Amino acid sequence: MTDIAASPDSRMDQFLAGARACVPVAISVAAYGLVWGVLARGAGLSLLEVIMMSALVFAGSAQFVALDLWTATPAALPIGALVLAALIVNLRYLLLTATLRPLYPAKGLLGGALSMYLVTDENWAMTVAAMARGKGSVAFLMGGGALAWIAWMSTNLVGYGLGSAIDDPSRWGLDFAFTATFLALLLGMWKGRGDLVPWLVAALAAILTSRLVEGSWHILVGGVVGSLVGAYLETRKNAHKS
Amino acid sequence: MLTSPEAVAAILGMAIVTMAVKASGFLLADRLPRDGFAAAWLRHIPGAVLAALVAPAVVTGGVVEAIAAAATAAVFILSKNLFAAMAIGVATVYTVRLLVAG
Repeated sequence: MTDIAASPDSRMDQFLAGARACVPVAISVAAYGLVWGVLARGAGLSLLEVIMMSALVFAGSAQFVALDLWTATPAALPIGALVLAALIVNLRYLLLTATLRPLYPAKGLLGGALSMYLVTDENWAMTVAAMARGKGSVAFLMGGGALAWIAWMSTNLVGYGLGSAIDDPSRWGLDFAFTATFLALLLGMWKGRGDLVPWLVAALAAILTSRLVEGSWHILVGGVVGSLVGAYLETRKNAHKS
Repeated sequence: MLTSPEAVAAILGMAIVTMAVKASGFLLADRLPRDGFAAAWLRHIPGAVLAALVAPAVVTGGVVEAIAAAATAAVFILSKNLFAAMAIGVATVYTVRLLVAG
């Protein structure tokens, strides 16, 4: 871990590099943040509740699902369903944060575990792409997370303040910014023919799951199945060699 | 009305389970062996998760998304520039949707 020995200056550089790397996806986060703010007002959340939810939960897809379940009358609020939905939508983070473990030193796990708060799909993707090139650091991860947090929170508030109908992000093609960025990151991770089968399996499993089940299950199912196939093929190949 | 005890309970509950899931993945990775199958599995997760994120969006979107995905991939392979690839993808979706709708 060179990061521990690194000077504060270079850690700041890494933090800023992480933030810069996340600019392409932060634009999309901001567009959806605006929409979420507008919808949150429509769903009957107070300004304080918007701030609390975006600050503490900080998970876009879970927050969109929560708006479907939210009621303006407190007594009717389905607390159990809201918590369960957040758990289910966010289960994919088990896979994401597990892959970030190599960035952290062997000791001091509590601080590392707490820093997972700032992990989103976006800065995770940028950081694992950097790790694949032998780069990436905790500061890089945090820089991207901080940018995503600011983009999400500030546009939530603007959307809530405007309150009126805002253009659908898909009208400007902004819904595709996530897909395009993740696709480019995926291509950048290509290491050779050994990746082809696991990726195809992950893609097919995800497509099938998304047809059958609502929500974000396809990410978890595709991620688990594809990576297990990859690990199986790799260990079998190594066993043949030895 | 600022908020209600019910709303605070729901938001705190959502925050706690989200944080618990994120921290669990990180902490469980520490329990996995550093070599063999488990290590290979962790190495293959990023590509598989990204493929799982991208594939349904491209396939279920239809022709527009398929064209835009091809344009994104072409620009990235040629330029290795992430921002350019993203911008071309978004611009393609925007243009083709305009043409199709108009």
